[in-house]
Amino acid sequence: MELLNLYQNNYLIVFVFLCLGVLLPLVALFLGKFLRPHKPSVEKYTTYESGIDPFHDSRVQFNVRYYIFALMFVIFDVETVFLYPWAVAYDKLGVFALIEMLIFVIMLLIGLIYAWKKKVLRWT
Amino acid sequence: MIEELLQSSPGLMNFGIFFLLAVVLLLVVLGFVTYAILAERKVLGYMQARHGPNQLGGKWGLLQTVADVLKLLIKEDVIPKAADRPLFIIAPIIAFTPAFMVLATIPFTDKFQFADIGVGLLYYIAVSGMTIFGMVLGGWASNNKYALLGGMRAGAQMISYEIPLVMSVLGVILLTGSLNLTDIVVQQEHGWFILYQPIAFIVFFIASIAELNRTPFDLPESENELVAGYFVEYSGFRWAFFMLTEYVYMFAMSSLITVIFLGGWLPPLDILGFIPGAVWFALKFCVVVFVYMWLRATLPRFRIDRLMEFAWKVLFPVALANIFLTALIKTLFF
Repeated sequence: MELLNLYQNNYLIVFVFLCLGVLLPLVALFLGKFLRPHKPSVEKYTTYESGIDPFHDSRVQFNVRYYIFALMFVIFDVETVFLYPWAVAYDKLGVFALIEMLIFVIMLLIGLIYAWKKKVLRWT
Repeated sequence: MIEELLQSSPGLMNFGIFFLLAVVLLLVVLGFVTYAILAERKVLGYMQARHGPNQLGGKWGLLQTVADVLKLLIKEDVIPKAADRPLFIIAPIIAFTPAFMVLATIPFTDKFQFADIGVGLLYYIAVSGMTIFGMVLGGWASNNKYALLGGMRAGAQMISYEIPLVMSVLGVILLTGSLNLTDIVVQQEHGWFILYQPIAFIVFFIASIAELNRTPFDLPESENELVAGYFVEYSGFRWAFFMLTEYVYMFAMSSLITVIFLGGWLPPLDILGFIPGAVWFALKFCVVVFVYMWLRATLPRFRIDRLMEFAWKVLFPVALANIFLTALIKTLFF
């Protein structure tokens, strides 16, 4: 029971931090409302583009490279999800798990080398 | 007293007390940020053979940042017509909240720690990854070409460096067999992990600079090509929250490096044990912060293509090799 309480209290602290992290910007921005001036004009609300009149919508089609990096990130982040429990329990799992993990990582490494050879990792 | 509190059943009373204590930490962090900015300007100043701020608050410019904050507070809040208003407003909040949340698990000394949760390190990594949403959202919601470019760059850079960051810590976890940050510090009694895991430390440190968006990896906000990156359109206190996020992360990351690699509150030699742990923690913490400032003054900015290639072709394979090297050494010799 005491352990359960300890556990719950620790996560309650995390929740407190979450509340405070949201509250600080809200309160600061709300109180700032009474301090800052509010003098709207049309020019003030245009988009900044180094002094010239903005043209086109800025939400253009983006270079596909960003998405490929995002895909690579997903693959290797999932890999770390498997590596973390393995590393924590390494003492209990021993050599067999090490070899297993090596095979798993090598399979993903083949993917990395493939991407490398396909010049996906090059930005230019 | 706190011990009892932690063991009592959680309720509103506990919530209130934790809340007050967390407010104290928040004030400490805000104080740190205020003087970290000043220190950074001073250090950069002296490294570039000039004085830095020296007008407000006496010879050392002690009130400079305070004045800056007050100025930001009374600045008009402009949200451009073309911007996506709701997203524009919540983006700085999404960026800031995780920056403060990660501080919950960091053990400052053996007694002074907020949440002692079993998965502390994983919690830090998972929560700190959320800030990227705030940055990309801020860039997208601004509906400005520079901001969008900056936001996308921030996204690409941070996800690329997240991988070596996360992987390099695995070497330490293999040695400790625990994700609890207090356990990690306690296990460094016979030698800090910077000695046992030098490769992991170097990879982690480089990746952490990229995660913090600091020079030489500050491409998302490179002022001479993207004006200011994802927060071009932000002004006043909304802008201040993006800035605050960066410095709170610097606080968190320096604490984390101190905890994982530099032995936290432990003294370097047993003879020096009479000096309290908090002093040791503060000293190591300051050294890490200083090195961040030093690097900023020393190194020029990377080019974006070099930066991305460096993460995937150098840091990532090195971090992976380090994991298996550590595992092999541990199996063969211990």
